[in-house]
Amino acid sequence: MSWNSWAEFFSMGGYGLYVWGSYLVSFACIAGEIWLILNRRRTLQKYLGLKDESTTREEK
Amino acid sequence: MPPQRRINYTFLNMLIWIIRRDLLLAMRRQADVLTTLFFFIIVVSLFPLGVGPEMNTLRIMAPGVVWVAALLASMLSLGRIFSTDYLDGTLEQILLSPTSLSLLVLGKMFSHWLVTGVPLVLMAPVLGIQYDLPANALFVLTLSLLLGTPILSLIGAIGAALTLGLRGGGVLVSLLVLPLYIPVLIFGAGAVEASIAGLGFEAHFSLLGAFLLVSLVFAPWTTAASLRISVG
Amino acid sequence: MSINWYKYASPASFYFLAGKMIPYFSIVAVILLLVGLYIGFFVAPTDFQQGEAYRIIFIHVPAAWMSMFLYLVMAFWSGIGLAFNTRLSSMVATAIAPTGAMFTFIALWTGAWWGKPMWGAWWVWDARLTSELILLFLYIGFMSLQAAIDDPRRADRAGAIIALVGVVNIPIIYFSVQWWNTLHQGASVSVTQSPKMAASMLAGMLIMAFAAWMYSIAMILMRTRAIILERERHTAWVAELKGVTGVTR
Repeated sequence: MSWNSWAEFFSMGGYGLYVWGSYLVSFACIAGEIWLILNRRRTLQKYLGLKDESTTREEK
Repeated sequence: MPPQRRINYTFLNMLIWIIRRDLLLAMRRQADVLTTLFFFIIVVSLFPLGVGPEMNTLRIMAPGVVWVAALLASMLSLGRIFSTDYLDGTLEQILLSPTSLSLLVLGKMFSHWLVTGVPLVLMAPVLGIQYDLPANALFVLTLSLLLGTPILSLIGAIGAALTLGLRGGGVLVSLLVLPLYIPVLIFGAGAVEASIAGLGFEAHFSLLGAFLLVSLVFAPWTTAASLRISVG
Repeated sequence: MSINWYKYASPASFYFLAGKMIPYFSIVAVILLLVGLYIGFFVAPTDFQQGEAYRIIFIHVPAAWMSMFLYLVMAFWSGIGLAFNTRLSSMVATAIAPTGAMFTFIALWTGAWWGKPMWGAWWVWDARLTSELILLFLYIGFMSLQAAIDDPRRADRAGAIIALVGVVNIPIIYFSVQWWNTLHQGASVSVTQSPKMAASMLAGMLIMAFAAWMYSIAMILMRTRAIILERERHTAWVAELKGVTGVTR
């Protein structure tokens, strides 16, 4: 399935609006969710005073 | 000292006691009973004003409108099953009582159904006439509501128990409980439509009966668990 | 040798375990996504019946699967949390709900935008789309109930009840909607009616489904960690975390 030109690819056989419309919104939702979680972590770290991604617990 | 009447806390006595008590409380505040009924009447009468007096469209819409109105009316009054007892502390006493909580909750659900469900069932045929439903459709509508409204009370009580004492509980109950009402609505309204279209409505009623039996078994037990969580 | 089931059930140790796992899941998710998209757009042939519009399937079907699967997983963990009183299980259930609701929304959106070219209408009361919509209501009910209760312990347990009641009702709702739909307007063309799918189409869809799965795990672990921090902020091990960074307050 090789697209002859980018224009043809984006037109998606005339259904471009629907295909790209749904993909765009889906990835917007996913990006939105990722941003929300990162934002939530950032505020938490700021609020709790944790400096960095403390994933590894230093075995004292 | 007059002979003390020996109270035996058998299951049946406790069930009758709680139903009697709830009905007594409901009768003392007649307004609550009537508000639910008037809400049902008003909602059903609003639709023709919105949709237009055209009898054919109204006749098609009638089952759906009456059923949705019954759903909303019974849901509005769900809050009252436990909230008054919760506020004045009797709910804690009921939780502590030796009789099984599920039984007492079943009693409360039954009295809620008597207070809100039965008036709807009695009023439905009168409202059906507003929509020019044929006679047998009115009969099927009333029967389907008679079979459906107890399910609404049973499932609704779970939502009421979960949202006990929460701010904005009224709206929250509808959010929790409406998705669970959908099968009852589908087969309730479907039964009337099937009878209007001349198809048999027995299938719908058997399914409604099945929903009723299943919720009769599981709803009291789930509501008891929810009460222990909300009050515990 | 008895397995200590509760070792990672404590939020503290789970916090660090999840912290290590998240990068792996996210990387795998991104790789699978790219591979899936490549197959979906460059390998899979044009569908003779639906033309190019069918390529929405590569996001619609995985999202629908994930929305259903995540609800079951959420109900499972909330049930475990209710039964065994393990706080962490309920935290995971609370963490799953938003991702599940998002996938349900994506499934609805892509379903509608796929229905427009195929059936000519943005919204068709197709049985599956309708039950997907009701699933969204169940998610919203779960999340709003938990949001309305302040005490986390009661929120977890109340959420568990409504999730388990919801899970019992999903098949009932699905079949009654299926029944209601076929009764009214006859079986409309279902979304994936296309004849036996070409291998590459199926492969593309499955890879995208796995990508969505890895993505969900990564997101849920991250949200669980955030919830753990929020709920355990007064505990010693969180204070110790602060100690690690030398910020004393």
